[in-house]
Amino acid sequence: MTRAIVDGNEAAVSTAYRLNEVCCIYPITPASPMAELADEWASQRRPNVYGSVPAVVEMQSEGGAAGALHGALQGGAMATTFTASQGLLLMIPDLYKIAGELTSTVIHVAARAIAGQALSIFGDHSDVMAARQTGFALLSSSSVQEAHDLAAVAELATLRARVPFIHFFDGFRTSHELNTVELLSDEELRRLVPLELILEHRGRGLTPEHPVIRGTSHNPDVAFQAREASSPFLARTPQLVQEAMDQLAQISGRSYHLVEYSGHPEAEQVLVAMGSGAQTAEETVKSLVARGERVGVVTVHLYRPFPEAELLQAIPETASRVAVLDRTKEPGSQGEPLFLDVSTALAEAHTRRARPSLPMVVGCRYGLASKEFTPGMVQGVFRELRSPSPRRRLTVGIQDDVSHSSVDYDPDFQVEPSGTSRALFYGLGSDGTVGANKNTIKILGTEGGLHAQGYFVYDSKKSGSQTVSHLRFGTEPIRAPYLIREAGFVGCHHPSLLERVDVLATAARGATFLLNTPYPAAEVWDQLPRPVQEQILHKEINFWVIDAGAIARDLGLGGRVNTVLQACYFAISGVLEREVAVARIKEAIEKTYGRRGSRTVKANLRAVDAALERMERVVVPTSVTSERQLIPPVPESAPRFVREVTARLMAGHGDEVPVGALPPDGTWPSGTAVYEKPRVSELVASWDPELCIQCGNCSFVCPHSVIRSKFYPAAQLAEAPSGFKSRALNAKGLPDTTYTLQVYPEDCTGCALCFEACPVADPHDPARRAINLEEISPILERERASISFFESLPVPDRSRVDFGTVRGAQFLEPLFEFSGACAGCGETPYLKLLTQLFGDRLVVANATGCSSIYGGNLPTTPWTKDAHGRGPAWSNSLFEDNAEFGLGLRLAADRQLELARRRLSELSPQLGQELVDEVLSAPQRTESQFAAQRERVEVLRQRLAQVEGAAAQDLGSVLDHLVRRSVWIVGGDGWAYDIGFGGLDHVLASGRNVNILVLDTEVYSNTGGQMSKATPLGAVAKFAAAGKTAEKKDLALQAIAYGNVYVARVAMGADPEQTLRAFREAEAYDGTSLIIAYSHCIAHGIDMQKGLDQQYRAVASGYWPLLRYDPVVRREGGNPFLLDSPRPRLPLPEYTGREIRYSSLSRTDPEEAERLARLGADAVARRWATYEEMASRPAAAFAADARRSS
Amino acid sequence: MDLTAPYLGLSLRNPLIASPSPLSRTVAGVRRLAEAGVGAVVLPSLFEEDILEAERREGMLLDQGADVFPESLSYFPETTAPASSPEAYLRLIERAAGAVEIPVLASLNAATPEGWAGLARSMGEAGAAAIELNFYQLPADLEMTSAEVETRLLEAVQSARAAARVPVAVKLVPYFSSLGEMATRLDRAGADGLILFNRWLQPEIDPETGRALPGIGLSTPMDGRLPRLWISLLRGRVRASLAGSSGVDSSQDLIRYLLVGADAVMTTSALLRHGPDHARSLLDGLIGWMEAHGLEHLPEIRTGVSTSVHPAELRSTYVEALRLANSQDRGPW
Repeated sequence: MTRAIVDGNEAAVSTAYRLNEVCCIYPITPASPMAELADEWASQRRPNVYGSVPAVVEMQSEGGAAGALHGALQGGAMATTFTASQGLLLMIPDLYKIAGELTSTVIHVAARAIAGQALSIFGDHSDVMAARQTGFALLSSSSVQEAHDLAAVAELATLRARVPFIHFFDGFRTSHELNTVELLSDEELRRLVPLELILEHRGRGLTPEHPVIRGTSHNPDVAFQAREASSPFLARTPQLVQEAMDQLAQISGRSYHLVEYSGHPEAEQVLVAMGSGAQTAEETVKSLVARGERVGVVTVHLYRPFPEAELLQAIPETASRVAVLDRTKEPGSQGEPLFLDVSTALAEAHTRRARPSLPMVVGCRYGLASKEFTPGMVQGVFRELRSPSPRRRLTVGIQDDVSHSSVDYDPDFQVEPSGTSRALFYGLGSDGTVGANKNTIKILGTEGGLHAQGYFVYDSKKSGSQTVSHLRFGTEPIRAPYLIREAGFVGCHHPSLLERVDVLATAARGATFLLNTPYPAAEVWDQLPRPVQEQILHKEINFWVIDAGAIARDLGLGGRVNTVLQACYFAISGVLEREVAVARIKEAIEKTYGRRGSRTVKANLRAVDAALERMERVVVPTSVTSERQLIPPVPESAPRFVREVTARLMAGHGDEVPVGALPPDGTWPSGTAVYEKPRVSELVASWDPELCIQCGNCSFVCPHSVIRSKFYPAAQLAEAPSGFKSRALNAKGLPDTTYTLQVYPEDCTGCALCFEACPVADPHDPARRAINLEEISPILERERASISFFESLPVPDRSRVDFGTVRGAQFLEPLFEFSGACAGCGETPYLKLLTQLFGDRLVVANATGCSSIYGGNLPTTPWTKDAHGRGPAWSNSLFEDNAEFGLGLRLAADRQLELARRRLSELSPQLGQELVDEVLSAPQRTESQFAAQRERVEVLRQRLAQVEGAAAQDLGSVLDHLVRRSVWIVGGDGWAYDIGFGGLDHVLASGRNVNILVLDTEVYSNTGGQMSKATPLGAVAKFAAAGKTAEKKDLALQAIAYGNVYVARVAMGADPEQTLRAFREAEAYDGTSLIIAYSHCIAHGIDMQKGLDQQYRAVASGYWPLLRYDPVVRREGGNPFLLDSPRPRLPLPEYTGREIRYSSLSRTDPEEAERLARLGADAVARRWATYEEMASRPAAAFAADARRSS
Repeated sequence: MDLTAPYLGLSLRNPLIASPSPLSRTVAGVRRLAEAGVGAVVLPSLFEEDILEAERREGMLLDQGADVFPESLSYFPETTAPASSPEAYLRLIERAAGAVEIPVLASLNAATPEGWAGLARSMGEAGAAAIELNFYQLPADLEMTSAEVETRLLEAVQSARAAARVPVAVKLVPYFSSLGEMATRLDRAGADGLILFNRWLQPEIDPETGRALPGIGLSTPMDGRLPRLWISLLRGRVRASLAGSSGVDSSQDLIRYLLVGADAVMTTSALLRHGPDHARSLLDGLIGWMEAHGLEHLPEIRTGVSTSVHPAELRSTYVEALRLANSQDRGPW
């Protein structure tokens, strides 16, 4: 056994990998790390305990993974998979098969919520509860150690019982919690799961040497009986699981039971729980019993087959009231699953007189989507049980002001042992805080006798996001799966956080506070906001400062202040002797940064010494001097909902929002990102009107829509505030017109794509362009005033703007703004363009992925509306079904348009024949045509108001459809090339008028860079650590093969005009359109500032040929295949050499890197030759559009 | 015909060395050069400062976006590492040395004393047959004296020599006030070889933008004159091997170097200009010339054909050259 610090995912996969031969994987949060680790270990040729290296195979979806799993099992292999949430749902059909065939396997689930009113990546039991009927056994782990141990128990039990297992633990809370565990050695695992059992399993595999058939079709005569035939296998499973647990106990000394009781032997009130919440309940019960309360808790490990006898035995007969906690919701049911099972067991026992009394049993939902579950909540449930008449169905952890289900609780109730140290660290994403804290835990958790726990909370932005690290240490095992509410140490790793976040709210009296600040100890006090000063004084906090930013800069560590602050933590907190601590930190640095090279190691080692020299204790004054309050999350001018709900989410107080304040159906207002003003960058874009040639490139490429252009009569400048920038418009035919390019500095991420796109250089200073990065502070007030004036200027008339050019497109209002995407995102400029061109009549079906996260992750959304209140209507259904979902939106729109046209014809006598004819025959291609149609529809609406009857009402409900809708299906390559490909392909073949935009980053970006079938040959990605060995799928050619699909491949950074043309042609095409858009991504390992340059290089090297295929041209007798990019004129390495996804392989496996680079170059040449040949074919050489014209 | 050439204590199958260029950047490139017949290959220089900076930059790129969003706490497999690192170079040495029969030499341009010593040691351990120390450093600090420049050079050579278990050669620039004295000091400091000369690539200025452009250009036969002069002067007066570099385009240029006493002759420009197979024609030219002169073994060149330039003749040669030029009405000089 080895003592280690691992998280729940690693704990589980450490067992699973070593006991299996095949891992069928697919990324899904929060289970992905299990698959990633398995893949990495396999790529390192690490064997399992029986000596063979498991085959790890990524599939196109969880459905695919389950199919492959089923096959591998039928082939006699020990096989597993790792999944969660929607992934588990997609596996369900195979789960029935696997269980029905009595096949031994364990699948590991980091249990997670299921998308209903909204997606949630966080933990609860909704997914496993949706699989409880499949015939799989369900085994629950409550902690990181259990995730390791019970994974092994499940493996042994499944082989003995021939019943397959779902082994699950709470997503994030357990899967991502670091804790001190004892890992079983290979030898111990071999002893636990002996080879003989594997051989028996293998012997059941299909073989032509002893042929059998499985998967027959049964008739009514025997199907029922055959279904019952497996019952004994299930019946004996609980006993076999207990035996497996006992065997593990013999080997490891750690003892488990199917159902465990903890508490007063004559408890009156008892809770029943499963998962990490049970651990919280146990710790709370221990504390309550010590205070004299007669309470207890039953922890259920084995949930299916339901261990009725063990459960009944566990619940003391003295219990008169039982609350069953379910971490799921089954709407409309009599109660949640565990509650129903416990109730049934108790009632039946009482009925058959096996139990003298029947306690009152209530059901209580808790912890949905990682809602905190704390000792206070446990205590609250017990209080409810003690009340004269407890409510039958409860919730805890929320304020339910609608159904009044929630119990009150004391949020400050604590049960943690006094010897536990608790520390909280507030950092910014990518500053290394989380990584350093992981090291801290590893240092402390492996020090003799110490136990450690770490849990990390992130916000929902991909740029400028905040992280909070929760660290606990103590001499006893840490059993506290909930966030720290009272910390003895608080570190604030970025001074700007103090302005928005109440970081000392959780500081205990007498706590230590470490602030990273540029101000020395003697000056820092007056720089603090008032609430911070007040709390320091009130709580008598020990206050330390360090200028970690300066040290990191001096040592070339950029913004990574982690090592400096970690060293300070050890020095100040005294958790270890200083010399020991320094030695351990330095060892950890060597280990962590070793692969990054000697310079990085040295710089970090120096950072430790510099930190210890330069940290200072602040002599805290006796009085509050600051008048500055925390920055309010949203301005007073924000709409009511934003002020009352959104603002609370933004301020980190979402837990306190009551049920009644939230939309019950998942419908939220759009246009809310504008209120965030996150101010994530100290350097922001700034316009130089003198140099600017008004080309529009900067605003075109801006991923965050922070660069806006307007032209307006020069006379309006009279009202402009001082410092408002403007210049005469340099377009013909518009005299006395002024041009302004307005930057929104508080929303700017400083990505510098605008600077890179600017074609102008200052003749006096070649480093300057017409748009430059400047420090935000000196210009902020001026720009705020300028924005206010700029917004009062009229939006340029769309009918006077040339849509065909980048120069013209800059004047189109974006209806996608200020998203929380990564700084310099390669996807969002395309979405912004989409809204600029078609936003006021746009319907978007958005696949799950990055675009659904920056598009729809609360608290705000960048999708917004224009001054008329019109804008994109956006919805995310699922990951796998997006094409079909979008097609459905089209079908509905088509039906409603058809209805509108029919009703219009019917009502033409009342509405005016001439107007009706005009409306029905109006062309809708240009902006002026749309404007005219909107006017006609408005007249119709007024006339319709005078008409009575059902037909008029009917027409009124669909009138808006008379303005042509633009349906767009948007998603990434994980969706389009893999999980959603079947649907995408079907929609491409449908001939329906939908537009499909694939934001192709060539990996699953949102889940952390796993390989998709869009990943290019030779690139390194997760699940392709040794470089991908298959060529990227040519989706464009596949779509072209249908003959009636408009297809374009675009790269904005290479040819923005071509992108613009493709978007407009696709939208105008009366049929299915597909645009594949090159989207640079941080997962490529590039300097994001050079993202557009990489796009250019991708095209110039021939890797990403730009093309358009227009079936309309084919119909007119021309060649529909247009190759828009010139012949490759850049050697491929000039593109690939600048991306770590390609280059890193040359370090880890240079021979393979060279081989794959050669094959990659061949692929590029071959594809180019194919395209060139296609571009010279006659029209008849392409498939015809065979659709009937309607 | 025996072309065996002793150089740095190694025995090369012939005196032609492919000096650092993009051709030797990959194992396949090194193999191709070996197949083309060269006697040894020098890998492109490892620039310590640049590579460490690239390593730092790439490390930061690997970290970007990490620990920001709960679904994507990293973007690369755990094993992913910066491509730019001394380790990558060492792997290239190891692989190239394993792939060909001829000696593979490494080239080092370090920035720190630890770099000269540590990297030289590692290069030897990785399989480099010898190490070229490349002192391409512009002493742009106007306060720095020539003595300081020379001291730094000597110290670097000493530390590299002390650390490396394989021979080290010093690739010099010609811009020393007293190059001959510098060469003898380097010789005494332990340099196993002197390479004359490093081409100092000065940037060019773009008149349109005013920006500096990298001054990359291939050498021409004219560039061989200065190194040949100095080889001739140093021949027999230093213990170290002497290698000529610059201006080798034809076999004539190669022969000229050998005639003045070079132990080995390096070329980059010709191989880049004409392709690696040009090495074969250079060597064929040498063989043909030796046959024509009745020579069987390479060292006979020096004994059989006397061409050395004596210091005393230098001034008179210069005066004669001027006189000749003026007489052809190319003056006034």
